[in-house]
Amino acid sequence: MKTLDTVDAASLKAGVPDFRPGDTVKVHVKVVEGNKTRVQIFQGQVVGRSGSGVNETFTVRKVSYGVGVERIFPVHTPIIEKIELVSRGDVRRAKLYYLRDLRGKAAKIREKRENTKSEE
Amino acid sequence: MTTTVKGILGEKLGMTQVWDDNNRVIPVTVVKAGPCVVTQVRTPETDGYSAVQLAFGAIDPRKVNKPATGHFAKAGVTPRRHLVELRTDDATEYTLGQELGADVFEAGQLVDVTGTSKGKGFAGVMKRHGFSGLRASHGVERKHRSPGSIGGCATPGRVFKGMKMAGRMGGDRQTTQNLQVAGVDSERGLLLIKGAVPGPKGGLVFVTTAVKEGSK
Repeated sequence: MKTLDTVDAASLKAGVPDFRPGDTVKVHVKVVEGNKTRVQIFQGQVVGRSGSGVNETFTVRKVSYGVGVERIFPVHTPIIEKIELVSRGDVRRAKLYYLRDLRGKAAKIREKRENTKSEE
Repeated sequence: MTTTVKGILGEKLGMTQVWDDNNRVIPVTVVKAGPCVVTQVRTPETDGYSAVQLAFGAIDPRKVNKPATGHFAKAGVTPRRHLVELRTDDATEYTLGQELGADVFEAGQLVDVTGTSKGKGFAGVMKRHGFSGLRASHGVERKHRSPGSIGGCATPGRVFKGMKMAGRMGGDRQTTQNLQVAGVDSERGLLLIKGAVPGPKGGLVFVTTAVKEGSK
């Protein structure tokens, strides 16, 4: 895909934080209602990232009123105003699909200790 | 009725995606279009029809045979690898040696793209013609991808011509119609065309104005 890097460069967004599966993020999503736009915040745990380059996406899972909600966003989509990193999680998998079968305290992700690896 | 057709030869670079004004993803094929040069202008007086001949692609001049060398010399251009003729009524507006780039098209316009499809080799009827094959169980043995019956018995006593069977698939000239131009980058000579285009990456494609644009 190297030949198309120059084409993709226009679509890539700068300033995307370095977040990983297990991290808790706040995604600021632009919502269009009629002719007004407002920003909605979707906060949850990153369950996985998939793809690379312009077509990279990530899945955010949250539990809303006892119901699990997952939303998949393209990393570089213009509807995301910004991605805020809330906390880092300590997980051993790249895809945290096992969280779907867990609820309550079992579905909690331990927070990553900062001294184990330097954080940017 | 006069029809003005625009066209350009190019190389398929591959596919990627871009976002449109409504923040929707559009899958696009990137085509490196041109630079093409005009090597001949055909007019009704001399040739009986109106067309323009375009040339594209670098080639070692030693590999070009004498008749072709003379043809390119007549147009006053260096030899190119590919030649193509574009039937258009405004051929007289082109001049010999004129260079064409990706900016002959503009974003939003519909185009037809002609290329040579990827060769699939000797393919069976399921892949080649979309047959359903035979069932997986109920006594079917070693025949799951076979075509089934190909005709009658004593009447007609032969297999009809044109019966769909296994054979060479792909590698044919193919045109995909009514693709939208998602973007034009005239600086780098790139055309972004919404959707897929026949042929492999690096394959030669011929982009022209859509013949059915008016009917849509």
